[in-house]
Formats: sequence, C-alpha cells, structure tokens
Amino acid sequence: MDIFLQQVVNGLTLGSVYAIVALGYTMVYGIIQLINFAHGEVVMIGAMVAFSVITVLAGTAMPPLLVVLTGVACAVPVCMLVGYGMERLAYRPLRRAPRLAPLITAIGVSIILQHLALLVWSRNVMAFPQIIRAETYTVGGAAITNVQVAIVLLCVAIMGGLAFLVYRTRLGTAMRATAQNPQVAGLMGVDVNRVIAATFVIGAGLAAVAGVMVGTYYGIAQYTMGSILGLKAFAAAVLGGIGNIPGAMLGGVLLGVVEALGAGYIGDVTDMCRYSWLAGLVEERCRADGHFILFGSNYQDVFAFVVLILVLVLRPSGLLGERVGDRA
Amino acid sequence: MRRISLIVVAAGAAVALAGCSKESPDIKIGHAAPLTGGIAHLGKDNENGARLAIEQANEAKLKIGGKEVKFTLLAEDDQADPKVGTTVAQKMVDAKVAGVVGHLNSGVTIPASALYKDAGIPMITGSATNPKLTEQGFKGIFRVVARDDQQGPSVANYLASQNKPKLVAVIDDATAYGEGLANEVEKTLKAAGVDVLPREKGTDKTTDWKAVLTKLKGRTPDAIFYGGMDATGGPLIKQARELDVKAVFAFGDGACTDKMSELAGAAAEGLLCSQAGIPPQAATKAFLEAYKKRFNADPILYAPFTYDAANLIIEAMKQADSTEPAKYLPVLEKRVHNGASGRIEFDAKGDRKDAEITIFTMKGGKVEPLAVVKGGTTQSFADFMKAAGG
Repeated sequence: MDIFLQQVVNGLTLGSVYAIVALGYTMVYGIIQLINFAHGEVVMIGAMVAFSVITVLAGTAMPPLLVVLTGVACAVPVCMLVGYGMERLAYRPLRRAPRLAPLITAIGVSIILQHLALLVWSRNVMAFPQIIRAETYTVGGAAITNVQVAIVLLCVAIMGGLAFLVYRTRLGTAMRATAQNPQVAGLMGVDVNRVIAATFVIGAGLAAVAGVMVGTYYGIAQYTMGSILGLKAFAAAVLGGIGNIPGAMLGGVLLGVVEALGAGYIGDVTDMCRYSWLAGLVEERCRADGHFILFGSNYQDVFAFVVLILVLVLRPSGLLGERVGDRA
Repeated sequence: MRRISLIVVAAGAAVALAGCSKESPDIKIGHAAPLTGGIAHLGKDNENGARLAIEQANEAKLKIGGKEVKFTLLAEDDQADPKVGTTVAQKMVDAKVAGVVGHLNSGVTIPASALYKDAGIPMITGSATNPKLTEQGFKGIFRVVARDDQQGPSVANYLASQNKPKLVAVIDDATAYGEGLANEVEKTLKAAGVDVLPREKGTDKTTDWKAVLTKLKGRTPDAIFYGGMDATGGPLIKQARELDVKAVFAFGDGACTDKMSELAGAAAEGLLCSQAGIPPQAATKAFLEAYKKRFNADPILYAPFTYDAANLIIEAMKQADSTEPAKYLPVLEKRVHNGASGRIEFDAKGDRKDAEITIFTMKGGKVEPLAVVKGGTTQSFADFMKAAGG
C-alpha cells in the first residue's frame, strides 16, 4: 500500500508541473484557438536561464533558497519576453490567416528556440548545482522531499492566483471577453492585442516557474528537455478540455498520477508468467527466468499519449471542456 | 550588389581550384565519439588521447616508406547514436582514413565496425566493451579494453563477495552496452547464489526514475546495479536517495566517472563501479604528464586507451613501412605494444589479452580505485600499483 501511496506522491509532483505548463497551452488556446507548440521550449529556456543564474550564484555566500528565488526571478522576465516576442513576431501577423498557418509557425518557433538554446548553452546535460539539500520526510510510508512539497504548494498557489486573475480582475474579464468573441470585445473597448499579448506573457511566466521546478527536481537541464514535457502538458490540457483553465489543472495532475502508476505497475501487469492461461505459450521463458515481461517501465512516456488518444476518441471536448472539439 | 556577388563567386572558385591543385600528403587517422550530448565529456576525453598520440608522432617526424609523414586526426561526432555512427563511419571511409580509433559506445561501434571491415580499414576502440563487437569475426576490428563478459562478472563478484547482498535489482538503459552489461552482471550474481529481481528498464534519455525506484523500494533489494551511462545514472542514484532507498549502488564503466557526483551530489558517495581497464591515474607517468601539459586537465576515463590505440596504428605502420591498411594490418594483429595502459597484445578475436578491470568507489566526489581484477584474481589497488613498480 505504501508503494502505491509513494507512486501517487511522485505522480502528484510530476502532475503539478504538467498542470502549470498545461495552463499556458490552454490559456492561449482559449483566447485565440492556437496550439502554441513552442510552449515547451519556453519551459526549457526558463530552466536554462535559472541554471545559469544559480550556477553563478551558487559559489557566493547567498543562502540557497535566495539563490533559487533569484534564479526564478531572472527566468520569469526572460521567458515573458520570449513569450511576448513570440506572439508579436510570429503569431500576430498571422492572426487572420487560416488556422493551419499559425500552427505550423508554432512548430517553427519551437525549432528556432531549441536551436538558439543549443547555441547559448551547448548540447550538454547541465547539472543543476545541488544547493538545496533534499530532506526526506516519511509520511504514512511514503518518502516526500522538501522539494516535492515546495513544488506542489507552489503549484496550488499559482493556480489560485491565476483563478483570481481570470475571474476577479479587469484583465481577467477582458481575457474572458476576448475568448468569447474578439470582435465584440474590441467593440466594447477591450484592447484585444494587449489582452492576447498579456495571455502569452502570463503563460510564459508560468512556464519559467515550471522550468525551474523541473530543473531543481531532477537536477539536470538540457536543450531538448522542453519538447517531450511540452507534448505531455499538451496531452494534459486536452485531457482536461483544452481552453478550460480548471480543466488544465485537473488534466495535469491526473496525467502525472496516471504516468507514475502506469510506469510503476506496467511491468507487473504485463508479466506473462502471472497468467496461467498463457502458461503453455511462455512456459519455457518463465521457467528459465521466472518472468516474461512484455512492457517494462521504459514505456513510461507512452502513457501520456495513450491518454491523449483515448480522450480524442472517447470525449474530444475533454473532462471539463464544454466546447465541442471542432475548433481543435 | 552584383559586383559583390561576382567577387564572391570568383573568390569561391579560386579557393575551390586551390583545393584541387594541392594534393594532401597527410595520413588521416579517424576518431569517432560523441562530442555533443550527455556524455560529450567522455567523448572529448577519448579524442584527446588519440590527438596526443598523433601530435607526438608528428613531433617525432616519423619516416614511412622513405618519406617523412604527417598525421592528421579526423575527429568526428557520432552523438552516441548508432544511426549517426554509421554516417560518420561512411564519412571516414570516403575520406580514406588509414585507420580509426573509436567509437566510444558499444551500440554505435558495432554497426559502424561493419563499414570499416568492408572498406578494409583497421578500427581500434578504446572504450566499447560489448562482447558482440569482436564476436562478429570481423578482420581488423580490435579493442584495447576488457569485454563486458569480463567486466560484468568482475563487478558482480566484487559486489557479491564484499557487500554480501541477498537480493539485487538490475536496471539497464535498453542500449547494446547497458543491456549487455546488465545481463552479464545478472548471470554472475545468480551463479553466486544471489537472488535477482526481474529486470527494470529505462532509456538512455530517462530523467525520471521515481516510478522504477518506488517499485524497487517495495522489494527492498540490498543492492542495485545499473547498466548505463553517467548522464542517466546520476539522476537515478539521486532520486533513489530522495526516496530513501538504502541499497548499495553499483555501475559499469559508463557511469564510473566524477560526473556522477556532479549530477547526484552527496547521494553518489559510496557507490561501486568498474572500469574496463586500469584507472587513468595508473597509466604511465610519461603519458599523464604529457596529457596534463597538452590539455591542462587530467584524463577522465579511457584517454590512455585511445592514446594506445592511436599509437598502435602508428607503430604498426612504422614497422610495416607502409600506411596502407592491407600492408600494416597483419603487423598490427601480431604486435606487442607497451603503452600507457600497459602491455597490449591482441588475441585471435581482436580482444586485448589479459585485460584488467578496476573496481572503484565514490569518495569525496571523486571515483577512487579499490581493486584491480586480472585473469580472475582480485588484487587491492595499492598492491597493484606496487607490483607495477609505481
């Protein structure tokens, strides 16, 4: 049981990160119906900037927590700038173009950002300086580190803050109005361009935080880290119902848990020797090794995409999405 | 604008013509290893070894076939990727290299070796340890380090005899190297009467090991062996300690570097690992000093071996008095070489006779040699150095 609990804890941590990245996808989609495939690269740039800052400051006498916070404080504006530039240069000129054009542009932006990062930070795996000591606490049989607790708490705080922004402020009202109908919102005096730019900037800021989280959690960063993370977060956004903010949060957390449990149990479930009705087929292997495992935990990355396909087939609007999938 | 483009075209043509008229008398020796990606540091280390040998040969102004020859190193990046590796190998063949030092990874070296064999170009690897490489029966394919069916049993026996685990978990990264080594370790452990859990797998790009480790935690193994490289092994051991997994960790040569402590911090302390040769610090003094002087750093892992591999090719050319592979290959097969890593002599398969394996532990952020295994007998590192006349 405590193994199950541990897998859930791992999944919740991972899922919180997915949720924050998924928010960036879903906000942009909600407002201009664009799937910003370059969003994962913004996460990577956040991690890389934080890596550089933390590496420089790690040698100084600053307290570790302050160093990490400085890293975040540097990564967030850089990513916001990237997010703004991306919208201004790549997407705004295409706002009235057929929907396929900005989608392909997004893929192009993703490749450009990845290779810019390659030029700046090289191809190598960067080791985040180990300045925050991972303290492990045991709660009900599951080991939880202070970093995990920080990630989950920070995610909850960010989600709360975002919900406040969207549902309680003028900017949020303008965002929701633009999402419903940009023309009418414009007629009502909403500066649509500014609202869309703000959406990109907020999403990029969240991505920066997620990047630092991933970097400090795993202790490594590399220029390719954004693509798979971005795709998984996209799957999470679709799972929750793309365009729907609570949906992205729910989808992210669920996907993280599904992935952790899937990777943890797929080996046991696909051990052919457990199934007596198969005994005739695999008897020899079972007697020699005791096990005949079809899929091992190296299939971890598959789960996000299995979930994506299942959602698209069975419930295209996602768990909480009310709009029909014709826009996607 | 038009004038400028004309000038550019003219200049380009002139350069191209100059390139044609000048025939290069240089003897090219190829080196291939990952120079980018997670294990670029190891690739560069290998390349440095070969580069040093070639620079020294040029300084000595060797005469082959009555003419003074100049060697150049054609250093290529195979990205630790089998597909890129064969492209690089084809490039080497097209460039008519006289011999190849490399590649670094077993999974890359094995497919690349077929191209070198077909082109008749001798290849010596200074780090690929998977037995399959020389078991293919290819002529002109050599290795100057131990094989995984020597390395795996050595580290497994050391683990079994020193730590006396009752239950061991084995993980690999699903590459030719990682899986092959893990298989050898599992076989040896089982033969020593140790129980082994069903194999867990990651990939050579895995960063999140928590699911696997959590699963293993439930079975409380006394030791965990990982067949893979340091770029994935570092996060593995770090996450294991975060999950409060107390098992002893053991690794093969791919994760037997100081980078492990850089990636995992204090979590890496006390790990066991093996290298398929003598440790770099046990290489000859002359080599170590020359390396330090040239690259302003100490060799990390297999630089003494790629240095020896390049020297073997050069020495064989000298003895055969020819730089043609067909002429110097028979000499290379039989040559006995006293190199930076000790005495090298190839057996019929192209493997090094009596190759050493060193067992290390992580202490204070550095891997430190504990013992040397040679021909099935284990000797403490201090005794080994004494016997070597150190």
